[in-house]
Amino acid sequence: MDFLIGHYNYWVAIFLMMIGFYTVISHGNLVKKIIGLNIFQVSVFLLYISMSTVTGGAAPIITEGVQLYSNPLPHVLILTAIVVGVATTALGLALVVRIKEAYGTIEEDEIHEQDHSL
Amino acid sequence: MIDIIINLALLSFLAISAIAIVRMKNLFAIIMLFGIFSFLSASVFMVMDAVDVAFTEAAVGAGISTVLMIATLALTKVQDEKRPGGHKPWLPLTVVIVTAAALVYGTLDIPAFGDANAPSQKHVAPQYLQRSIPETGIPNVVTSVLASYRGFDTLGEVFVVFTAGIAVLILIGGVAQPSKRKTSRKKKNA
Amino acid sequence: MPNLILRVVSKILIPPIIIFALYVQFHGDFGPGGGFQAGVIFSAAFILYALVFGLDAAENVISTSVLRFLASLGVLIYAGVGIATVFLGGNYLEYTVLASTQVAGQHLGILLVELGVGITVFSVMLLIFFTFAAKGRA
Repeated sequence: MDFLIGHYNYWVAIFLMMIGFYTVISHGNLVKKIIGLNIFQVSVFLLYISMSTVTGGAAPIITEGVQLYSNPLPHVLILTAIVVGVATTALGLALVVRIKEAYGTIEEDEIHEQDHSL
Repeated sequence: MIDIIINLALLSFLAISAIAIVRMKNLFAIIMLFGIFSFLSASVFMVMDAVDVAFTEAAVGAGISTVLMIATLALTKVQDEKRPGGHKPWLPLTVVIVTAAALVYGTLDIPAFGDANAPSQKHVAPQYLQRSIPETGIPNVVTSVLASYRGFDTLGEVFVVFTAGIAVLILIGGVAQPSKRKTSRKKKNA
Repeated sequence: MPNLILRVVSKILIPPIIIFALYVQFHGDFGPGGGFQAGVIFSAAFILYALVFGLDAAENVISTSVLRFLASLGVLIYAGVGIATVFLGGNYLEYTVLASTQVAGQHLGILLVELGVGITVFSVMLLIFFTFAAKGRA
């Protein structure tokens, strides 16, 4: 039981990662692919933050009388990753808008058909 | 005990909403559900004591990225996802299950969640926590690490955000046809 | 008048959102917060304004060219603090040389750097939103 509770976070992170991965490789719609990438991204965030947590620890803001804090380093990495993530998501969405203009569709197989690339 | 239960419940909600996102076809509903998914992940970060991260995720995931996705939907005028015709689901499913099995096998050796003696808690983190107040006078260690100890890192991240903004402008900002925009502005003013 | 409730509620909500963003920006040393969060919250206030009152009204408040300038200004503030510390005799981004004591120098450096981050994140997020919205108008 302890093993289950101790690893549940990691398994949910892996599950979300695989859902995102599955969405990216099996769905043809480009907007849905980007949402899949975002789910993948959240799973990485979840993995890092799970590793930073200490049972009974406080948020890493130094206060008198508190001895145990969670690890601040993954928080810093993920904090910047979230903002960079939304900027790159916006870039992906801009590409989708341009693809729609150029091809008239955002379905992957229809784009391949027009390009005769498959 | 109670925070373990909250944690498990929120994580299960997260997994369920992810399944729902994959299975749904209406893109508008998917984007709305993705906003809920972001809020749930922000709550999970909050439970795991990552207040700064939860803050950012709530503002970014549920706010800005939902708005941007809806804007994309409005621009592309697509309502529903067509079923993936050429793709057979069993091939990606096999790939995913094999990868997941390898990753789960890798977690078996990981120190348990919340273990204070895990290797990741033993090296630089205590240094940051002890030195932040005497060296920078800043109680929020996340801020002092972000801006001071890892200032180069953050400088790079700011450049990435800036570059992404420029790239969006180049792609759909209409910078290529400045004359067209000027005439439309004049018309509006007149 | 269409969307009366939305207009009234957003007019009440936008000033507190901006105040909260400024609080997050400048209180980030002591509580949760910092430039990244503040920039996103600040831009969320303007996005709310643009969604309710229309893109033209929002562009009258802050125009795209100002935002382009601000986006570069934030990066310049950040990189400029690094250059300044080099000229004052320290390493790149070594804030200690900015003031007489180490703690004061670190404090000043972190404040300036977070300000740069906040300005860039705010203007890039808003710029991206304006670009998407203007695309729909054309």
